[in-house]
Amino acid sequence: MTAVDDPVQAPPQPPRRRPNPLLALLRNSWRQLTSMRTALILLFLLAVAAIPGSVLPQRGVNPEDVNGYFRENPELAPVLDRIGAFEVFGSVWFSAIYLLLFTSLVGCIVPRLRDHVRALRAVPPAAPKRMDRLPQHALLTVPDADAATIAAVLRGRRWRVRVSGNEVSAEKGYLKETGNLLFHFSLIAVLVGVALGSWYGWHGNRLLVAGAENAFCNNRQQFSEARLGPQVDEADLPRFCLTLTDFQARFLPSGQPEYYNAKVDVEEFGRAARSAEFSVNSPLRLDGANVYLLGHGYAPIIRYTDRFGQSQTAPVPFLTKDGMLTSEGIAAFPDANVDPATGERKPDLQVAFEGLYLPTAPDAPPFTRSEHPDERNPAVLLIAYRGNLGLDAGIPGSVYELDQRQVRNGQLKQVGEGKLLKLGEKWTLDDGTTVEFLGTEPYITLSVRYDPGSTMMLVSCAVLLIGLMGSLFGRRRRVWFRVLPAGTTGGPSGAGGLPADPPAASTTGGSSLVEAGGLPRTEYPGFAAEFAELVTEVEGRQGPGDAGDRAEEAEGAD
Amino acid sequence: MSALSDQLVTFAILAYLVAMISHAVEYALGNGRATRPRTVAAPARELATVGAGSGAGTGPSDVGPAVATGAAGDVRRDPGRLAGLIGVGLTALAALLHLGALVTRGVAADRMPWGNMYEYVLTVSFIGVAAWLAVLAKRPALRHLGLFLTLVMVLLLAFAEMVLYVEITPLIPALNSYWFVIHVSTVVFSSGIFLLGFVPAVMYLMRNGYESGRRGFPYDLARRVPKAATLERLTFGLHAFAFPVFTFAVIAGAIWAEAAWGRPWGWDPKETWSFISWVIYAGYLHARATPSVKRNVAVWIAVLGFATMLMNLFGVNIFFEGLHSYGGLD
Ligand code: HEM
Repeated sequence: MTAVDDPVQAPPQPPRRRPNPLLALLRNSWRQLTSMRTALILLFLLAVAAIPGSVLPQRGVNPEDVNGYFRENPELAPVLDRIGAFEVFGSVWFSAIYLLLFTSLVGCIVPRLRDHVRALRAVPPAAPKRMDRLPQHALLTVPDADAATIAAVLRGRRWRVRVSGNEVSAEKGYLKETGNLLFHFSLIAVLVGVALGSWYGWHGNRLLVAGAENAFCNNRQQFSEARLGPQVDEADLPRFCLTLTDFQARFLPSGQPEYYNAKVDVEEFGRAARSAEFSVNSPLRLDGANVYLLGHGYAPIIRYTDRFGQSQTAPVPFLTKDGMLTSEGIAAFPDANVDPATGERKPDLQVAFEGLYLPTAPDAPPFTRSEHPDERNPAVLLIAYRGNLGLDAGIPGSVYELDQRQVRNGQLKQVGEGKLLKLGEKWTLDDGTTVEFLGTEPYITLSVRYDPGSTMMLVSCAVLLIGLMGSLFGRRRRVWFRVLPAGTTGGPSGAGGLPADPPAASTTGGSSLVEAGGLPRTEYPGFAAEFAELVTEVEGRQGPGDAGDRAEEAEGAD
Repeated sequence: MSALSDQLVTFAILAYLVAMISHAVEYALGNGRATRPRTVAAPARELATVGAGSGAGTGPSDVGPAVATGAAGDVRRDPGRLAGLIGVGLTALAALLHLGALVTRGVAADRMPWGNMYEYVLTVSFIGVAAWLAVLAKRPALRHLGLFLTLVMVLLLAFAEMVLYVEITPLIPALNSYWFVIHVSTVVFSSGIFLLGFVPAVMYLMRNGYESGRRGFPYDLARRVPKAATLERLTFGLHAFAFPVFTFAVIAGAIWAEAAWGRPWGWDPKETWSFISWVIYAGYLHARATPSVKRNVAVWIAVLGFATMLMNLFGVNIFFEGLHSYGGLD
């Protein structure tokens, strides 16, 4: 396209003195970097570099999958990890590509912005001597032609016009370059928004079981997983507490979920407590943080009564394994079988249950999969373990899995076979202790987030779109009109014959001959038509008010 | 309703198939008679129409009557042309059946028919064919591309019917949002236009080879299609139109993702591939605007862009697991 000035192609200024080789190298590299060709290559590289991010599991998307990959490919995974293949979008090479691209972008558009501002303030250039060489050219007779009338016509059509003597120069379509610059600048703004979000934003995830005793207050310790931006201090987190009071889920007969809704009590610092509802697609928007509903599940309530008759009850959230909400987890009782008289702990009498919860248990074994996510026939399959749970070793274990080392080294032993407990059922173990399944509480998984860059991203995306459309659909073009001195019978080119046929003689009445030329500065297939219309209007225009005439002419122009 | 929709899809495939055969007949007849003076004149006339259509940027009404009269005269003498016009008519009929299938499916499901990959392919291909008919109304001389367009339609629909088909189910809660309508409709729309843009892009590459003297297998197919420059401009026009829509769709997706999952962008496989497609298409627009890059290189980039769109539609739903796995295939 004619409008694009490729920096590479611009002939370098001939140096006056012998250039400093280092400076010359720098200048050349900069010129290379800011060329369209480099931008193209970098764009292509960016696309290619993103591919491994979709093929390999990513920590940011699913850390569990990454661990799985490590287990399956113990040789390859560490090598890949070293080159950042599990964090592609934060890796050095990915960042290098986009930072180079954006450097190139800045280097490219800042000079263009300068040129464009200049062009916006400049007047359209004078007409070329030989207008017949232009892509569009016409000779026309205009009654009482003078440059000012022609200029008025053009201004009426929102051209930027300059009149000098008997010549009119006009230009239109600055919007293209304006839009293009807006677009490219907003790309930068989007990136700045992203950066703001990652420096000043934070987020944390956690699981929240229903009930007042399980309330959650927003601080870092209460999250199972949290990330605070480098500029965020723990003390900065807004203070609020949430209690899950109710959770509703509706499912189709096929088990496909149809509807979720969570009801919470919200206590924000310095405000009255209130209740609120939120769901997938409609997060809870609090002051300084948003709370998103990511998932849900069941927390079976298990009561264990030990040898001393002491009972402990806890809802234990089980992790869901499939769409039917088959869930698994452990109910651990490290403080069981402590003699109330002496207070003596027997570390080998700790108790834990490995459990599989089935909201709709099948009628007959195997009891391995729930048949529906609703609690139509709730049952929990428990496997009892007694011994040392290994919690004292100081190694933080998962709360959803038993410490398998303790099982392997014999310190934790399975007691009897597994047992399926229906709602309210009780199971007496070999030592006379009992375990009961009392019901379930719902739980939800939450993501609490604060992203200070989001407004900036949203606004710059909107600008980006507007700019893009201006850039793609705007058309820069120039036209010139020259009122020829009386007595001229033909233009410099001799023959007219273009869209508007000029009459053979130019001497009728007070008419004068006008030469017109047009130059589309960007690809614009419709320019010929626009030019023809413009010429007809200039030709036929008598005064500023005769719309009827003009409409007719417009039709005639087609 | 659901069964009716399935039947309409089958009929639509058949209609596209017959349309394809008609176009192929025109193609074959045209090739056979290329040496006779009468038919030599025909392409010239068509090219003139193309020139007028694109040069003057006039509406369909301007070109329509001229072509219609020209056609009436030609049809009697030129069975190839008749076959081509029948092909266009059949494509229009197939498009109607196709639309019917979509509407009935939507009515049966009581929602927009964009809930899974099957419905998605059905909608994207419909947008493609509707846009094709619109382009054709404006530039009748492009009719020869119909052979390739109908071929693409038959392949896509048959693939949808045989591999992707799923029973109707309501939407899962994450999809149940007005952003669903905004995001998915724009993605579908822009994909349809990209699909349509892919056809002249490939034809351009063949025709360009033909015009530079190659006569090997794929190139000789392009003997009767419009001039390379025309195809290239059409390719650009369609891509330039689709790109902002696609950009909007991706942004709308990010806004929705913020509401549904708490983050506007998380590099989920689907998001990653949209990013890749977007960057490649931006690369195409750049390449086309860079004088030092040859036009056929630019068009190759556009073709590559479409390949990434296909990867996103089929590959990501089938091979990867992510938040976006709504394909409905297990
Ligand atoms: C961050 C990466 C970039 C992206 C995503 C991007 C995207 C785009 C897009 C989509 C267009 C099409 C709009 C149009 O045709 O008017 C465009 C045009 C353009 N871009 Fe970029 N761009 C990037 C970087 C750059 C860089 C580094 C340069 C300078 C070397 C540049 C120079 C241009 C120019 C001159 C045009 C106008 C082409 C024309 O006249 O049509 N862009 N860009």
